[in-house]
Amino acid sequence: MKKRKYALFLALLLALSTFLAACGGGNGGGGDKAGGNGKEDNKKELKVNIKTEPFSMHPGLANDSTSGSVLRNTFEGLTRINKDDKPENAAAEKVDVSEDGKVYTFTIRDHKWSNGDPVTAQDFEYAWKWALDPKNQSQYAYQLYYLKNGQAANEGKAKIEDVGVKAKDEKTLEVTLENPTPYFLELTAFYTYLPVNSKVAQKNPNWYKNAGEDYVSNGPYVMDQWEHSDKIVLKKNDQYWDKDTVKLDKIDMLMINDVNTELSMFKKGELDWAGSPFSALPTDAMESLKADKTLNIKPIAGVYWYKFNTEAEPLNNVNIRKALAYVIDRKSIVEKISKGGQIPAMAAVPPSMFEENEKGYFKDHDVKTAKEYLEKGLKELGLKDASELPEITISYNTDEAHQKIAQAIQDTWKKELGVKTKLGNEEWAVYIEKLHSGDYMVGRMGWLGDFNDPINFLELFREKKGGNNDTNWENPEFKKLLVDSQKEMDPAKRSQMLKDAEKIFVDEMPVAPIYFYTNSWVQRDNLKDVVMSGLGDVQLKWAHFE
Amino acid sequence: MIKYFGKRFFYMFLSLLVIITATFFLMRLAPGNPFTSEKQLPPEIEANLNAHYGLDQPWYVQYFDYLKRIATWDFGPSFKYKGQTVNDIISEGFPVSLALGIEAIFIALALGVLLGVLAALYHNKWQDYSSMIFAVVGISVPSFIMAALLQYIFAIKLQVLPVARWDSFAHTILPALALATTPLAFIARLTRSSMLEVLSNDYIKTAKAKGLSRGVITVKHAVRNAMMPVVSYLGPLSAGIITGSFVIEKIFGIPGLGSHFVTSIQNRDYTVIMGVTVFYSILLLLSIFIVDIIYGLIDPRIKLRAHKKGA
Repeated sequence: MKKRKYALFLALLLALSTFLAACGGGNGGGGDKAGGNGKEDNKKELKVNIKTEPFSMHPGLANDSTSGSVLRNTFEGLTRINKDDKPENAAAEKVDVSEDGKVYTFTIRDHKWSNGDPVTAQDFEYAWKWALDPKNQSQYAYQLYYLKNGQAANEGKAKIEDVGVKAKDEKTLEVTLENPTPYFLELTAFYTYLPVNSKVAQKNPNWYKNAGEDYVSNGPYVMDQWEHSDKIVLKKNDQYWDKDTVKLDKIDMLMINDVNTELSMFKKGELDWAGSPFSALPTDAMESLKADKTLNIKPIAGVYWYKFNTEAEPLNNVNIRKALAYVIDRKSIVEKISKGGQIPAMAAVPPSMFEENEKGYFKDHDVKTAKEYLEKGLKELGLKDASELPEITISYNTDEAHQKIAQAIQDTWKKELGVKTKLGNEEWAVYIEKLHSGDYMVGRMGWLGDFNDPINFLELFREKKGGNNDTNWENPEFKKLLVDSQKEMDPAKRSQMLKDAEKIFVDEMPVAPIYFYTNSWVQRDNLKDVVMSGLGDVQLKWAHFE
Repeated sequence: MIKYFGKRFFYMFLSLLVIITATFFLMRLAPGNPFTSEKQLPPEIEANLNAHYGLDQPWYVQYFDYLKRIATWDFGPSFKYKGQTVNDIISEGFPVSLALGIEAIFIALALGVLLGVLAALYHNKWQDYSSMIFAVVGISVPSFIMAALLQYIFAIKLQVLPVARWDSFAHTILPALALATTPLAFIARLTRSSMLEVLSNDYIKTAKAKGLSRGVITVKHAVRNAMMPVVSYLGPLSAGIITGSFVIEKIFGIPGLGSHFVTSIQNRDYTVIMGVTVFYSILLLLSIFIVDIIYGLIDPRIKLRAHKKGA
């Protein structure tokens, strides 16, 4: 009796396993086919993962990279960053700049919105003024502060009508700036500067909240479907002025907020791209991806740095700050912790903007010079030994990589300089609040450029309070150079001014740069012409499968 | 009966008020706000935003405004997802989490009870040991490990099921299994112990003495009575499971409600935090209430009367 039951159980198990195996065989083939699809010549669909729901699909409201990744492909600004990383005319056909660099006259190209309406100069004027109007609560309105009266209007101190953007006629847009802004044509490619179909938007103020008839755009693709927190589907825009260049028919942008899952899906053929800039790769997988040579790495305009609170003892002493910054072993941090091919940073502005910054202003892990600075600093403070220094707290937001880097730096400071430190971590929003209010000693921060100009990495330290300085550091000479650089029309002279400013900055060391960011990703081999700018963002206008 | 219901609803309302109040104040005590980011907003823009969302008002004004809005089932706009209201987020996310949750509860209940009953019937035999080993493993392995393991085996190695996402029925199998593992194991253990207790009762002996078959005794007399602890566990479990699991939804890329519980707090998305908490609390309170009613149905000895509460 008992034996028979046992046999039955075994038979059942056997049946189940055959069934599973059969399933495995059958569907396994299907899986392979999905992966193999990529190798077909005429694949016209791209699948990427943008990780999360974007903040908003309204160009004037968007304030995050996820929204940017979509908008960059659905809208066409006056200019577009081309394959060589330079702004080229896009929705504008012609640009005239006045002699003083303050007035830009754009001639709008003859082209249409996805619903067939012509794109007019009024659409740009409407969009920019809409974003600056305080009642629309755009968090990125300050991107438009370059326009004359832009800031004043946004703060309610000037009338919206007085903002320096005017449609002379259907096809002529006149833009007046507060200061001559040498990088203005970089800015016009940025998403806050994208146009909005004023006819549709005035009729339906909720046009941007969902995909549908009223969600119109003028870029290479249009948004076909938007399942919130699930996916966005783009399809080719038949009304696009340069539609012959666009090869893809459809782009699926999934929202999977787990990097391991994303990589698995890529490996199984359910995604054509995994990693930056849409999302990220799991750090654990870096080594194996590097080993099988599928990992792609490109430096981008961003820097990971440690900010010093220059009003906290003993960090108010410049020599102590320099000692701490010089001694950090950046090479081992990028090789052993971050692992994404990051570049050790001994400067503030990324090498994509100042090429010579690959070497930087000082030597990485320069223990000898660091010790000299420490000696000097201790003497100035009237102390004999580093152990007499007040304990330094290294703060970071809760994250494994940040923690490991903080531990590595703590170890170096203790071993090489004998400085006492402790670590403190907080949840992101709490951490940011502490940093912005100056309630910290040393804290990590990442900084990414919004547009391709060195000013991005210096401007935040112009004023002691406000903005994103956080270090309480200021320097009149540095400030003067930055202010003057805004008015300098000669690019070479201007570049030199910014370099001089950077030199002052590194010399005073209110932050210790650690590394310059990179984008690391894997992609289908036959996916070509995905254009990644020096800022690290991606355009899919030219993308195609071979 | 009506008096009992009235009293229960009054207590439910009271609990809800306490939950809302506690969440509201804890949330406001947390440093940071919905507009916190590494790129700090110019103070004028932030002030303007605060004014727009009423965050510049004194706390009591905000608190009572909020109570008023909840009373009309309007949770307000999300801070993090411009143009979406919290009501939208709930009505889009909840059906997904609900479907996944029901599938998981079904698996957990069916297999859990089966394993528990088998273990009790074959007490101290291999069936017992193997189900209980399974149960211990199920309880101790965290769901995110189970999820990764299932993905690895069924999606990557065997290639029978998709890795992630929420599309066809095939997409639902792995997340439902991962979500079901822990409750399944728990139910198996609950069923086993309560079955063992029931089986030693006199009325089972009576049934045996009457000459009833083993099957009839098990199903009609033992399992029905052994279900009591499982039913009481099922109430809070279903409220928890149908509102979604953060971990499972994140790993499988499922657009459910569960992920909002955690991300809204990270984002300081005040309205979403409140909305999902209130929604979850209501479901939880209701499910406990329903469980109490089911008690009465399963065990007629429990009377639903005001002076003798079921729970």
